[in-house]
Amino acid sequence: MKESIPLTWRKIPDRYRLLGSVCKNCNGYYFPARHVCPKCRRKGKVDGYQFSGRGRVFSFTEIHAPPAGFEDQIPYVMAIVELAEGARCTAEIVDVLSKDVKIGDEVEMVFRKIQSHDPEGLIHYGFKFKKVKK
Amino acid sequence: MRKVAIVGVGMTKFGEHWERGFRDLVTEAGVKALEDAGMSGAEISAGYVGTMAAGSLIGQEHTGALIADYMGLNPIPITRVEGACASGSLALRQGLMAVASGMHDVVVVGGVEKMTDLDTAEVSEILGGAGDQEWELFLGATFPALYAMMARRYMHDYGATEEMLASVAVKNHKHGSMNPLAQFQNEITIQDVLDSKMVSDPLKILDCSPLTDGAAAVVLAPLDIAKKYTDTPIEIVASAQASDTITLHNRDSITGVKAARIAAQAAYKQAGVSPSQIKVAEVHDCFTIAELMAIEDLGFFPKGKGGEASLNGETQIGAKIPINTSGGLKAAGHPVGATGIKQAVEIAWQLQGEAGKRQVSGADIGLSHNVGGSGATAVVHIYKRVN
Amino acid sequence: MVGIVGYGAYVPKYRIKSEVIAKVWGEDPDRIKNGLGVHEKAVASNDEDAATLAVEAAKIAIQRAGISPKKLGALYVGSESHPYAVKPTATIVAEAIGATPELTAADLEFACKAGTAGIQMCMGLVGSGMVDYGMAIGTDTSQGRPGDALEYSTGCGAAAYIIGKDAESLAIIEDTYSYTTDTPDFWRRNGADYPSHGGRFTGPPGYFKHVKNATLGLLKKMNGKVEDYDYFIFHQPNGKFPRAVAKMLGVPNEKIEEGLLTPHIGNTYSGSSPLGLANVLDVAKAGDRIFVTSFGSGAGSDAFSIRVTDNIKNRERGKPASYFIEQKEYLDYATYAKYRRKFKGM
Repeated sequence: MKESIPLTWRKIPDRYRLLGSVCKNCNGYYFPARHVCPKCRRKGKVDGYQFSGRGRVFSFTEIHAPPAGFEDQIPYVMAIVELAEGARCTAEIVDVLSKDVKIGDEVEMVFRKIQSHDPEGLIHYGFKFKKVKK
Repeated sequence: MRKVAIVGVGMTKFGEHWERGFRDLVTEAGVKALEDAGMSGAEISAGYVGTMAAGSLIGQEHTGALIADYMGLNPIPITRVEGACASGSLALRQGLMAVASGMHDVVVVGGVEKMTDLDTAEVSEILGGAGDQEWELFLGATFPALYAMMARRYMHDYGATEEMLASVAVKNHKHGSMNPLAQFQNEITIQDVLDSKMVSDPLKILDCSPLTDGAAAVVLAPLDIAKKYTDTPIEIVASAQASDTITLHNRDSITGVKAARIAAQAAYKQAGVSPSQIKVAEVHDCFTIAELMAIEDLGFFPKGKGGEASLNGETQIGAKIPINTSGGLKAAGHPVGATGIKQAVEIAWQLQGEAGKRQVSGADIGLSHNVGGSGATAVVHIYKRVN
Repeated sequence: MVGIVGYGAYVPKYRIKSEVIAKVWGEDPDRIKNGLGVHEKAVASNDEDAATLAVEAAKIAIQRAGISPKKLGALYVGSESHPYAVKPTATIVAEAIGATPELTAADLEFACKAGTAGIQMCMGLVGSGMVDYGMAIGTDTSQGRPGDALEYSTGCGAAAYIIGKDAESLAIIEDTYSYTTDTPDFWRRNGADYPSHGGRFTGPPGYFKHVKNATLGLLKKMNGKVEDYDYFIFHQPNGKFPRAVAKMLGVPNEKIEEGLLTPHIGNTYSGSSPLGLANVLDVAKAGDRIFVTSFGSGAGSDAFSIRVTDNIKNRERGKPASYFIEQKEYLDYATYAKYRRKFKGM
């Protein structure tokens, strides 16, 4: 989906550096960032947090029917990654196909293009993950 | 609070209605429901309509006013309700609360979606809005991808197989073949599902519900005057709704829908029934995995056993608990906003003994289960035949 | 004096073999391999570009330097394949590594030597005290016209260098010298997809003249000689030119092998000599001396004399270049063409 320039711009720091939130009250980590801790609610002390980018594959799929803007990338692997801190995020696993991935595989964050379909439009960058070489 | 009953039901055929638009479909369903209740229309004092994405799919917002106008219901208030794929059930719940509270006496509740005016890629993108646009869809996930990740994890945790997933589609096509209003009325085999085009592995195209045009409507009235309009009123004995995180990744578990479990427990409590008393259920099988999770979340089968039960035929008409006698979202079709109302219509027909070839014998209590997004909204209704 | 306080190298995972390209165009694979001295080249995935490559290299450089990215006062990204014609790659990199907003940043272009030009700019800024640390990156996802000789050699890769004060440096840059003329050996006009070049003209008046004169110029400036150095890294448009220029200068082959990566990853353009240097720094010992001469068409060369210090032990904080060079997966020509967007309508 085509994203507006202000919306993309607002998300740049979080998408580039995997910024989320931590609640200093319950030590819960959240991605994406939120202002209210869903556990502590108004008692929570929510702060910004830069995730380490290390994690494990919680689940994954190989996409063959792409959304608009991803037509030239199929097939590609999307996953839910469980970050080392405990929060999870949804992201692509790069440079692999589904057959190369298992639940529990160790992954680390990389910086890649997310969408760049429109040759005259903005290039959107952000976090993806790749398998850690054993 | 007053007891509330369904006194009239109606729906269009579900499918690709190239010659008919949004207002044609919703009007047909509404008029059929009024006819079924033997009403002229003057009895109606309010309306609620569920539609997920008319603004994106046909460029039309303000659909409540449009429907009041085209159904000849002006000047009564009609309110649009949106909760992604659960929009229909949310509308039903609003109508129920309006009548139960005494705010209104007779209300009409509709659900509608016109999905085939745009090409498939555009529609898929719009439906993606039921998830987290900024943190799932924009990053490359699709709706099938979210359910595929649930399926992968479910298979990993419970040893389920692709055949078990496929058995849901096979059974729903079989049920659909007995429903003249279903989008697909052809039977398929497990091998057909396994051989069909990959969408988002492990889900193939025959694991997915289709894009559908359609509308459905019900008329609600206080139970104590229901017999004025029909000999077979169907009481809505429970209505429960629950919410969860918009992103799938933020849920504690992705092998079930927690909101559906919570809504189901609340609904059973309201109705004073247990899962084993339900004789027929319409559940939200937007993908085959969703039905396996649904029959577990609803307490029909233990966690992790839904796949085996489905493969063994325990969810067919005539078996332990007939699921999706209409054909479900998979075979009857999934005009998103209409689905929740279609579920109510199917359950009403089953409890009235009007379900034709697909009639479940002895059906006296039924249930509908409608999910929005990847599980951020869930609505469960329980219905009872009035003796 | 100033030096290198951190460095990082990144090479994409995919490779295509010269023989696979040769087969498509009916060329003799052995003639290509032996003639150009390129066995295979690195190919960026379809979601990589010069900016993403630069970020991966920059993150490793930061790890090695052990400094906060906020301490960078300058960031220069040299490339001939900047993702945008107008809009800096440097701001993307600065944001991604968390160096914003208090720094100066700009993109550089000088064919294959924009990376070393950035190193010189950082040396000036740090040496004058204007900034504490500056980062210079050479990064490219260079493209050759399908079927052209360049198609066998144009690779993808990046290397990042953090320049700081000598006391913190893992390698001190003792001196630098540049040699620049206007020589039209290779160019790409605005809006053109692929570069044009002068064929054999790129050799003697282009590459050899500039590399030789810059190398000799720096040796003369420092009163040095070839024997003073343990390693030489020359710009490597293919596997043949750097060996030939080494021979002209009397540099024995064993002193250039460690820094000669083109046979395995192709010519990574702005990343080329910086990646060669990174591979040498990955194995060099304290006290070793390294000579680097870059070359950019158009044309110019920057020469550097480098001395490794005891701080080289800090290199263990980051992944070596070999981590990325050895981790590889081969593509067929069709997939390569898909990843590098050589199909019309993509």
